[in-house]
Amino acid sequence: MFEAENIRAIADKVYELKLTGDTTEIVRPGQFVNIRVIGKYLRRPISVCDWDSESLILIFKVFGEGTEILSRIKKGEKMDILSGLGNGFTVIETDKPLLVGGGVGVPPLYGLAKKLIENGLKPNVVLGFASAKDVFYKDEFESLGLKAYVATVDGTMGTKGFVTDAIKENNIECDYFYACGPNPMLKALCSELECSGQLSLEERMGCGFGACMGCSINTAKGIKRVCHDGPVFFKEDLLWK
Amino acid sequence: MEVNMKVNLSGVELDNPIIPASGTFGFGEEFKDLYDLNILGSISFKGTTREPRFGNPTPRIAECPSGLLNSVGLQNPGIDAVINEEIPKLSKYFHKPLIANISGFSIEDYAFACEKIDKVEQVGIIEVNISCPNVKHGGMSFGTSPESAAEVTKAVKEVTTKPVYIKLSPNVTDIAAIARACEAAGADGFSLINTLLGMRIDIKKRKPVLANVVGGLSGPAVFPVALRMVYQVYKAVSVPIIGMGGISSASDVIEMMMAGASAVQIGSANLVDPFICKKIIEELPIKMQELGISSLSELKPDF
Repeated sequence: MFEAENIRAIADKVYELKLTGDTTEIVRPGQFVNIRVIGKYLRRPISVCDWDSESLILIFKVFGEGTEILSRIKKGEKMDILSGLGNGFTVIETDKPLLVGGGVGVPPLYGLAKKLIENGLKPNVVLGFASAKDVFYKDEFESLGLKAYVATVDGTMGTKGFVTDAIKENNIECDYFYACGPNPMLKALCSELECSGQLSLEERMGCGFGACMGCSINTAKGIKRVCHDGPVFFKEDLLWK
Repeated sequence: MEVNMKVNLSGVELDNPIIPASGTFGFGEEFKDLYDLNILGSISFKGTTREPRFGNPTPRIAECPSGLLNSVGLQNPGIDAVINEEIPKLSKYFHKPLIANISGFSIEDYAFACEKIDKVEQVGIIEVNISCPNVKHGGMSFGTSPESAAEVTKAVKEVTTKPVYIKLSPNVTDIAAIARACEAAGADGFSLINTLLGMRIDIKKRKPVLANVVGGLSGPAVFPVALRMVYQVYKAVSVPIIGMGGISSASDVIEMMMAGASAVQIGSANLVDPFICKKIIEELPIKMQELGISSLSELKPDF
Protein backbone atom coordinates (compact mmCIF):
# COMPACT_ATOMS: atom_id res chain seq x y z
CA MET A 1 0.00 0.00 0.00
CA PHE A 2 1.19 3.49 -0.85
CA GLU A 3 -0.12 6.84 0.29
CA ALA A 4 -0.50 9.97 -1.82
CA GLU A 5 1.75 12.67 -0.39
CA ASN A 6 1.42 15.43 -2.94
CA ILE A 7 0.05 15.98 -6.44
CA ARG A 8 0.66 19.02 -8.64
CA ALA A 9 0.12 19.98 -12.27
CA ILE A 10 3.46 20.55 -14.01
CA ALA A 11 2.27 21.06 -17.61
CA ASP A 12 -0.94 20.90 -19.62
CA LYS A 13 -2.81 17.81 -18.28
CA VAL A 14 0.48 16.51 -16.82
CA TYR A 15 0.71 15.72 -13.11
CA GLU A 16 3.56 14.92 -10.75
CA LEU A 17 2.42 12.58 -7.98
CA LYS A 18 4.57 11.93 -4.92
CA LEU A 19 3.80 8.76 -2.96
CA THR A 20 5.14 7.28 0.24
CA GLY A 21 5.48 3.55 0.87
CA ASP A 22 7.76 0.54 0.56
CA THR A 23 9.95 1.10 -2.50
CA THR A 24 12.36 -1.82 -1.92
CA GLU A 25 11.20 -3.56 -5.08
CA ILE A 26 12.33 -0.67 -7.28
CA VAL A 27 15.95 -1.36 -8.12
CA ARG A 28 16.58 0.32 -11.47
CA PRO A 29 15.43 3.42 -13.34
CA GLY A 30 13.01 2.58 -16.14
CA GLN A 31 10.94 0.19 -14.03
CA PHE A 32 7.25 0.93 -13.57
CA VAL A 33 4.40 0.55 -11.11
CA ASN A 34 0.87 -0.68 -11.81
CA ILE A 35 -1.83 1.29 -10.04
CA ARG A 36 -5.34 0.18 -9.16
CA VAL A 37 -7.72 2.99 -10.07
CA ILE A 38 -11.09 2.96 -8.32
CA GLY A 39 -13.81 2.36 -10.91
CA LYS A 40 -11.52 0.76 -13.50
CA TYR A 41 -10.87 -2.96 -13.89
CA LEU A 42 -7.31 -3.05 -15.16
CA ARG A 43 -4.44 -1.34 -13.36
CA ARG A 44 -2.69 1.63 -14.96
CA PRO A 45 1.05 1.17 -15.61
CA ILE A 46 3.14 4.30 -14.99
CA SER A 47 6.93 4.56 -15.14
CA VAL A 48 8.86 5.55 -12.04
CA CYS A 49 10.38 9.02 -12.41
CA ASP A 50 12.42 9.05 -9.22
CA TRP A 51 12.50 7.21 -5.92
CA ASP A 52 14.27 6.92 -2.57
CA SER A 53 13.94 4.45 0.30
CA GLU A 54 10.46 5.59 1.32
CA SER A 55 8.92 7.60 -1.49
CA LEU A 56 8.53 7.68 -5.23
CA ILE A 57 7.56 10.19 -7.88
CA LEU A 58 5.33 9.39 -10.83
CA ILE A 59 4.48 11.68 -13.72
CA PHE A 60 1.47 11.02 -15.89
CA LYS A 61 -0.65 12.77 -18.47
CA VAL A 62 -4.44 12.64 -18.49
CA PHE A 63 -5.30 10.68 -21.64
CA GLY A 64 -8.49 8.88 -20.65
CA GLU A 65 -10.82 8.10 -17.78
CA GLY A 66 -8.25 6.12 -15.77
CA THR A 67 -5.66 8.88 -15.66
CA GLU A 68 -8.45 11.44 -15.14
CA ILE A 69 -9.51 9.60 -11.96
CA LEU A 70 -5.87 9.38 -10.91
CA SER A 71 -5.40 13.13 -11.37
CA ARG A 72 -8.10 13.80 -8.77
CA ILE A 73 -6.34 11.84 -6.03
CA LYS A 74 -6.09 13.63 -2.67
CA LYS A 75 -3.23 13.83 -0.22
CA GLY A 76 -3.42 10.96 2.29
CA GLU A 77 -5.37 8.62 -0.01
CA LYS A 78 -4.25 4.98 0.10
CA MET A 79 -3.24 3.42 -3.21
CA ASP A 80 -3.06 -0.26 -4.21
CA ILE A 81 0.14 -0.46 -6.27
CA LEU A 82 2.26 -3.29 -7.67
CA SER A 83 5.78 -1.89 -7.54
CA GLY A 84 9.14 -2.58 -9.15
CA LEU A 85 7.78 -4.08 -12.39
CA GLY A 86 9.84 -4.54 -15.55
CA ASN A 87 13.59 -4.67 -16.09
CA GLY A 88 14.65 -1.00 -16.30
CA PHE A 89 17.72 0.62 -17.86
CA THR A 90 21.23 -0.81 -17.56
CA VAL A 91 23.92 1.80 -17.00
CA ILE A 92 26.65 1.47 -19.64
CA GLU A 93 29.87 3.38 -19.02
CA THR A 94 30.55 5.54 -22.07
CA ASP A 95 32.01 9.03 -22.62
CA LYS A 96 29.08 10.75 -24.29
CA PRO A 97 25.77 9.31 -23.15
CA LEU A 98 22.59 10.93 -24.43
CA LEU A 99 19.13 10.82 -22.88
CA VAL A 100 16.18 11.37 -25.24
CA GLY A 101 12.63 11.65 -23.97
CA GLY A 102 9.40 12.37 -25.77
CA GLY A 103 6.30 13.61 -23.90
CA VAL A 104 5.37 11.27 -21.06
CA GLY A 105 8.42 9.22 -22.03
CA VAL A 106 10.55 11.83 -20.25
CA PRO A 107 9.99 10.77 -16.58
CA PRO A 108 12.02 7.52 -16.38
CA LEU A 109 15.00 9.36 -17.88
CA TYR A 110 15.16 11.62 -14.82
CA GLY A 111 15.83 8.69 -12.47
CA LEU A 112 18.28 7.35 -15.04
CA ALA A 113 20.07 10.73 -15.24
CA LYS A 114 20.62 10.62 -11.48
CA LYS A 115 21.92 7.05 -11.72
CA LEU A 116 24.33 7.98 -14.53
CA ILE A 117 25.61 10.93 -12.50
CA GLU A 118 26.17 8.62 -9.51
CA ASN A 119 28.31 6.53 -11.84
CA GLY A 120 30.38 9.61 -12.78
CA LEU A 121 28.73 10.07 -16.18
CA LYS A 122 27.35 13.33 -17.51
CA PRO A 123 24.68 12.78 -20.18
CA ASN A 124 23.24 15.39 -22.52
CA VAL A 125 19.47 15.54 -22.42
CA VAL A 126 17.07 16.13 -25.31
CA LEU A 127 13.37 16.47 -24.54
CA GLY A 128 10.63 16.55 -27.17
CA PHE A 129 7.09 17.88 -26.70
CA ALA A 130 4.22 19.01 -28.90
CA SER A 131 4.21 22.61 -27.67
CA ALA A 132 5.62 24.92 -24.96
CA LYS A 133 2.57 24.29 -22.74
CA ASP A 134 3.47 20.59 -22.63
CA VAL A 135 7.09 21.02 -21.55
CA PHE A 136 8.07 19.72 -18.12
CA TYR A 137 11.20 18.79 -16.14
CA LYS A 138 13.65 20.85 -18.25
CA ASP A 139 14.60 22.73 -15.09
CA GLU A 140 14.84 19.57 -13.02
CA PHE A 141 17.35 18.05 -15.45
CA GLU A 142 19.33 21.31 -15.45
CA SER A 143 19.31 21.35 -11.62
CA LEU A 144 21.28 18.10 -11.85
CA GLY A 145 23.95 20.08 -13.73
CA LEU A 146 23.01 18.70 -17.15
CA LYS A 147 22.39 20.54 -20.39
CA ALA A 148 18.75 19.95 -21.44
CA TYR A 149 17.75 20.77 -25.03
CA VAL A 150 14.10 21.06 -25.96
CA ALA A 151 12.31 20.46 -29.25
CA THR A 152 8.65 21.35 -29.80
CA VAL A 153 6.69 20.33 -32.86
CA ASP A 154 5.14 23.81 -33.20
CA GLY A 155 8.38 25.63 -32.41
CA THR A 156 7.01 27.46 -29.35
CA MET A 157 10.09 26.43 -27.34
CA GLY A 158 13.58 25.34 -28.38
CA THR A 159 14.15 23.72 -31.75
CA LYS A 160 11.10 23.58 -34.02
CA GLY A 161 10.54 19.96 -34.90
CA PHE A 162 11.41 16.63 -33.32
CA VAL A 163 14.12 15.44 -30.95
CA THR A 164 16.17 14.33 -33.95
CA ASP A 165 16.06 17.94 -35.25
CA ALA A 166 17.29 19.25 -31.87
CA ILE A 167 20.17 16.76 -31.91
CA LYS A 168 21.22 17.98 -35.40
CA GLU A 169 20.69 21.69 -34.72
CA ASN A 170 22.80 21.61 -31.57
CA ASN A 171 25.44 19.25 -32.97
CA ILE A 172 24.98 16.93 -30.02
CA GLU A 173 27.45 14.09 -30.15
CA CYS A 174 26.80 10.78 -28.45
CA ASP A 175 28.38 7.36 -28.18
CA TYR A 176 25.39 5.72 -26.46
CA PHE A 177 21.74 6.69 -26.03
CA TYR A 178 18.86 5.93 -23.70
CA ALA A 179 15.37 6.80 -24.94
CA CYS A 180 11.73 6.64 -23.98
CA GLY A 181 8.82 8.06 -25.98
CA PRO A 182 6.38 7.33 -28.77
CA ASN A 183 7.35 4.59 -31.25
CA PRO A 184 7.90 6.93 -34.25
CA MET A 185 10.44 8.88 -32.15
CA LEU A 186 12.21 5.68 -31.07
CA LYS A 187 12.32 4.41 -34.67
CA ALA A 188 13.74 7.73 -35.90
CA LEU A 189 16.44 7.63 -33.22
CA CYS A 190 17.40 4.07 -34.11
CA SER A 191 17.88 4.98 -37.74
CA GLU A 192 19.53 8.39 -37.25
CA LEU A 193 21.88 7.68 -34.36
CA GLU A 194 24.68 5.35 -35.36
CA CYS A 195 25.61 4.40 -31.81
CA SER A 196 24.03 1.70 -29.73
CA GLY A 197 21.39 2.36 -27.11
CA GLN A 198 18.49 1.27 -24.96
CA LEU A 199 14.84 2.06 -25.61
CA SER A 200 11.87 1.86 -23.30
CA LEU A 201 8.76 0.74 -25.17
CA GLU A 202 5.12 1.33 -24.47
CA GLU A 203 2.44 -1.27 -25.15
CA ARG A 204 -1.09 -1.76 -23.90
CA MET A 205 -0.82 -4.17 -20.97
CA GLY A 206 -3.19 -6.51 -19.20
CA CYS A 207 -1.43 -7.56 -16.01
CA GLY A 208 1.96 -5.79 -16.12
CA PHE A 209 3.90 -8.75 -14.70
CA GLY A 210 4.15 -11.23 -17.56
CA ALA A 211 1.14 -13.46 -16.99
CA CYS A 212 -1.33 -12.56 -19.74
CA MET A 213 0.92 -12.20 -22.82
CA GLY A 214 -1.06 -9.11 -23.79
CA CYS A 215 1.96 -6.95 -24.66
CA SER A 216 4.24 -9.32 -26.59
CA ILE A 217 6.61 -8.20 -29.34
CA ASN A 218 8.92 -10.05 -31.71
CA THR A 219 12.61 -9.32 -31.13
CA ALA A 220 15.92 -10.62 -32.44
CA LYS A 221 15.96 -12.81 -29.32
CA GLY A 222 12.49 -14.24 -29.83
CA ILE A 223 9.12 -13.26 -28.44
CA LYS A 224 9.37 -10.90 -25.45
CA ARG A 225 6.79 -9.39 -23.14
CA VAL A 226 7.15 -5.60 -22.95
CA CYS A 227 5.99 -5.59 -19.30
CA HIS A 228 8.18 -8.38 -17.96
CA ASP A 229 11.17 -8.81 -20.30
CA GLY A 230 11.13 -5.03 -21.00
CA PRO A 231 10.01 -2.30 -21.09
CA VAL A 232 13.65 -1.47 -21.83
CA PHE A 233 15.20 -3.23 -24.83
CA PHE A 234 18.59 -2.94 -26.50
CA LYS A 235 18.53 -1.28 -29.92
CA GLU A 236 20.09 -4.35 -31.56
CA ASP A 237 17.26 -6.59 -30.37
CA LEU A 238 14.41 -4.51 -31.81
CA LEU A 239 13.07 -5.47 -35.21
CA TRP A 240 10.87 -2.40 -35.87
CA LYS A 241 8.78 -4.23 -38.39
CA MET B 1 -17.44 -26.81 12.53
CA GLU B 2 -14.84 -28.66 10.49
CA VAL B 3 -14.98 -27.73 6.84
CA ASN B 4 -13.90 -29.93 3.93
CA MET B 5 -12.69 -28.20 0.78
CA LYS B 6 -11.65 -31.32 -1.12
CA VAL B 7 -13.28 -31.95 -4.48
CA ASN B 8 -13.00 -34.73 -7.03
CA LEU B 9 -12.77 -34.39 -10.80
CA SER B 10 -13.12 -37.75 -12.58
CA GLY B 11 -10.98 -39.49 -9.96
CA VAL B 12 -8.46 -36.64 -9.64
CA GLU B 13 -8.73 -35.41 -6.05
CA LEU B 14 -8.00 -31.72 -5.42
CA ASP B 15 -7.29 -30.23 -1.95
CA ASN B 16 -9.57 -27.37 -2.86
CA PRO B 17 -11.55 -26.31 -5.95
CA ILE B 18 -9.36 -23.30 -6.80
CA ILE B 19 -7.56 -23.53 -10.15
CA PRO B 20 -5.94 -20.59 -11.99
CA ALA B 21 -7.45 -20.47 -15.47
CA SER B 22 -5.51 -21.05 -18.65
CA GLY B 23 -4.02 -17.89 -20.16
CA THR B 24 -3.96 -15.90 -16.94
CA PHE B 25 -1.23 -17.79 -15.11
CA GLY B 26 1.31 -18.71 -17.82
CA PHE B 27 3.18 -21.76 -16.58
CA GLY B 28 3.27 -20.46 -13.01
CA GLU B 29 6.66 -18.77 -13.38
CA GLU B 30 5.36 -15.24 -12.67
CA PHE B 31 3.53 -16.34 -9.52
CA LYS B 32 5.93 -18.81 -7.93
CA ASP B 33 7.77 -16.14 -5.92
CA LEU B 34 4.54 -14.51 -4.71
CA TYR B 35 3.17 -17.55 -2.85
CA ASP B 36 3.59 -21.33 -2.57
CA LEU B 37 1.75 -22.65 -5.63
CA ASN B 38 1.08 -25.94 -3.82
CA ILE B 39 -1.80 -24.31 -1.95
CA LEU B 40 -3.74 -24.37 -5.25
CA GLY B 41 -6.12 -27.17 -6.19
CA SER B 42 -4.45 -27.45 -9.59
CA ILE B 43 -3.18 -25.19 -12.39
CA SER B 44 -4.59 -24.99 -15.90
CA PHE B 45 -1.58 -23.90 -17.90
CA LYS B 46 -1.33 -21.61 -20.93
CA GLY B 47 -3.23 -22.88 -23.97
CA THR B 48 -0.85 -25.03 -25.99
CA THR B 49 -0.88 -25.82 -29.71
CA ARG B 50 1.00 -28.21 -31.98
CA GLU B 51 3.31 -25.46 -33.29
CA PRO B 52 4.72 -22.38 -31.47
CA ARG B 53 2.61 -19.24 -31.92
CA PHE B 54 3.12 -15.49 -31.50
CA GLY B 55 -0.60 -14.82 -31.56
CA ASN B 56 -2.30 -11.69 -32.85
CA PRO B 57 -0.81 -8.22 -33.42
CA THR B 58 -0.93 -5.73 -30.52
CA PRO B 59 -2.78 -3.94 -28.99
CA ARG B 60 -4.50 -7.07 -27.79
CA ILE B 61 -5.93 -5.89 -24.47
CA ALA B 62 -8.82 -3.46 -23.92
CA GLU B 63 -10.40 -2.22 -20.70
CA CYS B 64 -14.14 -2.75 -20.23
CA PRO B 65 -16.59 -1.99 -17.43
CA SER B 66 -15.88 -4.76 -14.87
CA GLY B 67 -13.63 -6.71 -17.17
CA LEU B 68 -11.36 -6.75 -20.18
CA LEU B 69 -11.18 -7.84 -23.78
CA ASN B 70 -8.21 -9.85 -24.96
CA SER B 71 -7.19 -10.95 -28.43
CA VAL B 72 -3.90 -12.62 -27.49
CA GLY B 73 -4.57 -15.47 -29.92
CA LEU B 74 -2.95 -18.43 -28.18
CA GLN B 75 0.65 -17.26 -27.88
CA ASN B 76 2.58 -20.33 -26.72
CA PRO B 77 5.90 -22.10 -27.35
CA GLY B 78 4.31 -25.21 -28.90
CA ILE B 79 3.63 -28.68 -27.48
CA ASP B 80 7.25 -29.92 -27.59
CA ALA B 81 8.67 -26.92 -25.72
CA VAL B 82 5.82 -27.15 -23.20
CA ILE B 83 6.60 -30.81 -22.51
CA ASN B 84 10.38 -30.50 -22.58
CA GLU B 85 10.87 -27.10 -20.94
CA GLU B 86 7.80 -25.50 -19.33
CA ILE B 87 6.35 -28.51 -17.45
CA PRO B 88 9.76 -29.63 -16.05
CA LYS B 89 10.31 -26.04 -14.78
CA LEU B 90 6.83 -25.90 -13.26
CA SER B 91 7.32 -29.35 -11.64
CA LYS B 92 10.08 -27.91 -9.48
CA TYR B 93 7.65 -25.75 -7.53
CA PHE B 94 4.27 -27.37 -8.17
CA HIS B 95 3.81 -31.00 -7.19
CA LYS B 96 0.14 -31.68 -7.86
CA PRO B 97 -1.71 -32.91 -10.96
CA LEU B 98 -1.88 -30.31 -13.72
CA ILE B 99 -4.64 -29.43 -16.12
CA ALA B 100 -3.21 -29.34 -19.65
CA ASN B 101 -5.05 -26.85 -21.84
CA ILE B 102 -4.77 -27.86 -25.52
CA SER B 103 -5.93 -25.98 -28.61
CA GLY B 104 -5.82 -26.73 -32.29
CA PHE B 105 -6.71 -25.73 -35.83
CA SER B 106 -7.77 -29.13 -37.11
CA ILE B 107 -8.97 -32.41 -35.62
CA GLU B 108 -5.49 -33.83 -36.30
CA ASP B 109 -3.85 -30.96 -34.38
CA TYR B 110 -5.96 -31.67 -31.31
CA ALA B 111 -5.30 -35.41 -31.46
CA PHE B 112 -1.57 -34.90 -32.07
CA ALA B 113 -1.06 -32.55 -29.10
CA CYS B 114 -3.38 -34.45 -26.75
CA GLU B 115 -1.71 -37.77 -27.49
CA LYS B 116 1.65 -36.21 -26.58
CA ILE B 117 0.47 -34.46 -23.42
CA ASP B 118 -1.34 -37.63 -22.28
CA LYS B 119 2.08 -39.23 -21.71
CA VAL B 120 3.21 -36.52 -19.26
CA GLU B 121 2.91 -38.03 -15.80
CA GLN B 122 2.02 -34.83 -13.95
CA VAL B 123 -0.92 -34.10 -16.21
CA GLY B 124 -4.11 -35.07 -14.37
CA ILE B 125 -6.72 -33.76 -16.78
CA ILE B 126 -6.60 -32.71 -20.44
CA GLU B 127 -8.68 -29.60 -21.05
CA VAL B 128 -9.53 -29.35 -24.74
CA ASN B 129 -10.12 -25.77 -25.77
CA ILE B 130 -12.65 -25.71 -28.61
CA SER B 131 -13.69 -22.19 -27.75
CA CYS B 132 -10.87 -19.67 -28.34
CA PRO B 133 -12.54 -16.71 -30.08
CA ASN B 134 -9.22 -15.18 -31.15
CA VAL B 135 -8.08 -17.44 -33.95
CA LYS B 136 -9.44 -17.41 -37.48
CA HIS B 137 -9.50 -21.13 -38.19
CA GLY B 138 -10.18 -23.86 -35.67
CA GLY B 139 -10.47 -22.62 -32.12
CA MET B 140 -14.01 -21.53 -31.42
CA SER B 141 -15.38 -22.85 -34.71
CA PHE B 142 -15.12 -26.39 -33.32
CA GLY B 143 -17.08 -25.40 -30.25
CA THR B 144 -20.05 -23.81 -31.93
CA SER B 145 -21.73 -26.86 -33.42
CA PRO B 146 -22.60 -30.12 -31.60
CA GLU B 147 -21.27 -32.20 -34.51
CA SER B 148 -17.77 -30.70 -34.70
CA ALA B 149 -17.48 -30.50 -30.91
CA ALA B 150 -18.29 -34.19 -30.70
CA GLU B 151 -15.85 -34.97 -33.48
CA VAL B 152 -12.95 -33.31 -31.62
CA THR B 153 -13.97 -35.06 -28.40
CA LYS B 154 -14.05 -38.46 -30.09
CA ALA B 155 -10.68 -37.94 -31.81
CA VAL B 156 -9.02 -36.89 -28.53
CA LYS B 157 -10.60 -39.72 -26.52
CA GLU B 158 -9.25 -42.27 -28.99
CA VAL B 159 -5.62 -41.29 -28.35
CA THR B 160 -5.68 -40.51 -24.62
CA THR B 161 -6.04 -42.32 -21.32
CA LYS B 162 -6.55 -39.35 -18.96
CA PRO B 163 -9.83 -37.59 -18.23
CA VAL B 164 -10.73 -35.25 -21.10
CA TYR B 165 -12.59 -32.03 -20.24
CA ILE B 166 -14.00 -29.99 -23.10
CA LYS B 167 -13.75 -26.22 -22.68
CA LEU B 168 -16.96 -24.78 -24.07
CA SER B 169 -17.69 -21.48 -25.78
CA PRO B 170 -20.48 -19.20 -24.55
CA ASN B 171 -20.86 -17.79 -28.08
CA VAL B 172 -23.55 -20.32 -28.99
CA THR B 173 -27.32 -20.55 -29.07
CA ASP B 174 -27.64 -23.76 -27.05
CA ILE B 175 -24.67 -24.71 -24.90
CA ALA B 176 -26.52 -27.69 -23.42
CA ALA B 177 -26.89 -29.31 -26.86
CA ILE B 178 -23.14 -29.01 -27.46
CA ALA B 179 -22.35 -30.43 -24.02
CA ARG B 180 -24.69 -33.38 -24.58
CA ALA B 181 -23.02 -34.14 -27.93
CA CYS B 182 -19.56 -34.08 -26.33
CA GLU B 183 -20.70 -36.27 -23.44
CA ALA B 184 -22.08 -38.81 -25.91
CA ALA B 185 -18.69 -38.74 -27.69
CA GLY B 186 -16.92 -39.62 -24.45
CA ALA B 187 -16.13 -36.31 -22.69
CA ASP B 188 -15.26 -36.91 -19.02
CA GLY B 189 -16.17 -33.37 -17.99
CA PHE B 190 -16.51 -29.74 -19.04
CA SER B 191 -14.82 -26.42 -18.42
CA LEU B 192 -16.92 -23.33 -19.00
CA ILE B 193 -17.10 -20.60 -20.01
CA ASN B 194 -14.43 -19.30 -22.35
CA THR B 195 -14.64 -15.58 -23.19
CA LEU B 196 -17.57 -13.82 -24.82
CA LEU B 197 -16.82 -12.24 -28.19
CA GLY B 198 -16.78 -8.44 -27.89
CA MET B 199 -15.26 -5.24 -29.26
CA ARG B 200 -14.34 -1.64 -28.33
CA ILE B 201 -13.73 1.45 -30.45
CA ASP B 202 -11.35 4.29 -29.60
CA ILE B 203 -13.62 7.27 -30.32
CA LYS B 204 -10.70 9.70 -30.68
CA LYS B 205 -8.91 7.57 -33.27
CA ARG B 206 -12.20 6.22 -34.72
CA LYS B 207 -10.57 2.79 -34.82
CA PRO B 208 -11.05 -0.46 -32.91
CA VAL B 209 -8.94 -0.62 -29.72
CA LEU B 210 -7.80 -4.14 -30.55
CA ALA B 211 -5.62 -4.68 -33.62
CA ASN B 212 -7.64 -7.86 -34.19
CA VAL B 213 -10.85 -5.71 -34.06
CA VAL B 214 -12.66 -8.24 -31.83
CA GLY B 215 -11.63 -10.09 -28.69
CA GLY B 216 -12.91 -12.13 -25.79
CA LEU B 217 -14.62 -10.50 -22.81
CA SER B 218 -13.79 -11.80 -19.34
CA GLY B 219 -13.94 -10.57 -15.75
CA PRO B 220 -16.82 -9.94 -13.31
CA ALA B 221 -18.92 -8.61 -16.23
CA VAL B 222 -19.44 -12.17 -17.51
CA PHE B 223 -20.06 -13.91 -14.16
CA PRO B 224 -23.88 -14.06 -14.38
CA VAL B 225 -23.66 -15.44 -17.93
CA ALA B 226 -21.13 -18.06 -16.83
CA LEU B 227 -23.27 -19.03 -13.85
CA ARG B 228 -26.35 -19.48 -16.05
CA MET B 229 -24.44 -21.62 -18.55
CA VAL B 230 -22.90 -23.84 -15.86
CA TYR B 231 -26.40 -24.39 -14.50
CA GLN B 232 -27.75 -25.26 -17.97
CA VAL B 233 -24.93 -27.71 -18.66
CA TYR B 234 -25.28 -29.23 -15.18
CA LYS B 235 -28.92 -29.96 -15.96
CA ALA B 236 -28.00 -31.48 -19.33
CA VAL B 237 -25.10 -33.83 -18.48
CA SER B 238 -23.96 -36.12 -15.68
CA VAL B 239 -20.18 -35.47 -15.77
CA PRO B 240 -18.29 -32.90 -13.63
CA ILE B 241 -18.07 -29.23 -14.57
CA ILE B 242 -15.27 -26.77 -13.85
CA GLY B 243 -17.00 -23.38 -13.68
CA MET B 244 -15.30 -20.14 -14.61
CA GLY B 245 -16.04 -16.62 -15.78
CA GLY B 246 -15.37 -13.59 -13.61
CA ILE B 247 -14.93 -15.39 -10.29
CA SER B 248 -13.15 -12.99 -7.92
CA SER B 249 -14.05 -14.03 -4.36
CA ALA B 250 -14.89 -16.98 -2.11
CA SER B 251 -18.56 -15.99 -2.38
CA ASP B 252 -18.34 -16.23 -6.17
CA VAL B 253 -16.77 -19.70 -5.82
CA ILE B 254 -19.61 -20.91 -3.62
CA GLU B 255 -22.21 -19.39 -5.92
CA MET B 256 -20.64 -21.10 -8.94
CA MET B 257 -20.59 -24.45 -7.11
CA MET B 258 -24.23 -23.95 -6.12
CA ALA B 259 -24.95 -23.63 -9.87
CA GLY B 260 -23.45 -27.07 -10.46
CA ALA B 261 -19.68 -26.65 -10.75
CA SER B 262 -17.47 -29.28 -9.05
CA ALA B 263 -14.43 -26.97 -9.14
CA VAL B 264 -13.71 -23.49 -10.41
CA GLN B 265 -11.07 -21.58 -12.33
CA ILE B 266 -9.94 -18.06 -11.54
CA GLY B 267 -8.95 -16.10 -14.63
CA SER B 268 -8.95 -12.34 -15.09
CA ALA B 269 -8.79 -11.70 -11.34
CA ASN B 270 -5.18 -13.03 -11.37
CA LEU B 271 -4.25 -10.19 -13.71
CA VAL B 272 -5.40 -7.38 -11.44
CA ASP B 273 -4.49 -9.06 -8.14
CA PRO B 274 -1.73 -11.66 -8.49
CA PHE B 275 -2.48 -12.86 -4.93
CA ILE B 276 -6.20 -13.47 -5.57
CA CYS B 277 -6.08 -17.31 -5.62
CA LYS B 278 -4.27 -17.37 -2.27
CA LYS B 279 -6.76 -14.89 -0.80
CA ILE B 280 -9.74 -16.93 -2.02
CA ILE B 281 -8.30 -20.17 -0.61
CA GLU B 282 -7.86 -18.45 2.77
CA GLU B 283 -11.30 -16.84 2.65
CA LEU B 284 -13.16 -19.99 1.57
CA PRO B 285 -13.26 -21.87 4.92
CA ILE B 286 -14.40 -18.71 6.70
CA LYS B 287 -17.19 -18.20 4.18
CA MET B 288 -18.17 -21.88 4.47
CA GLN B 289 -18.41 -21.57 8.27
CA GLU B 290 -20.51 -18.46 7.89
CA LEU B 291 -22.93 -20.21 5.52
CA GLY B 292 -22.95 -23.53 7.41
CA ILE B 293 -21.36 -25.46 4.52
CA SER B 294 -19.37 -28.40 5.89
CA SER B 295 -18.25 -29.88 2.57
CA LEU B 296 -17.85 -28.11 -0.76
CA SER B 297 -18.36 -31.29 -2.75
CA GLU B 298 -21.92 -31.48 -1.45
CA LEU B 299 -22.90 -28.19 -3.05
CA LYS B 300 -25.36 -28.77 -5.88
CA PRO B 301 -28.28 -26.87 -7.33
CA ASP B 302 -31.47 -28.29 -5.81
CA PHE B 303 -33.61 -26.08 -8.00
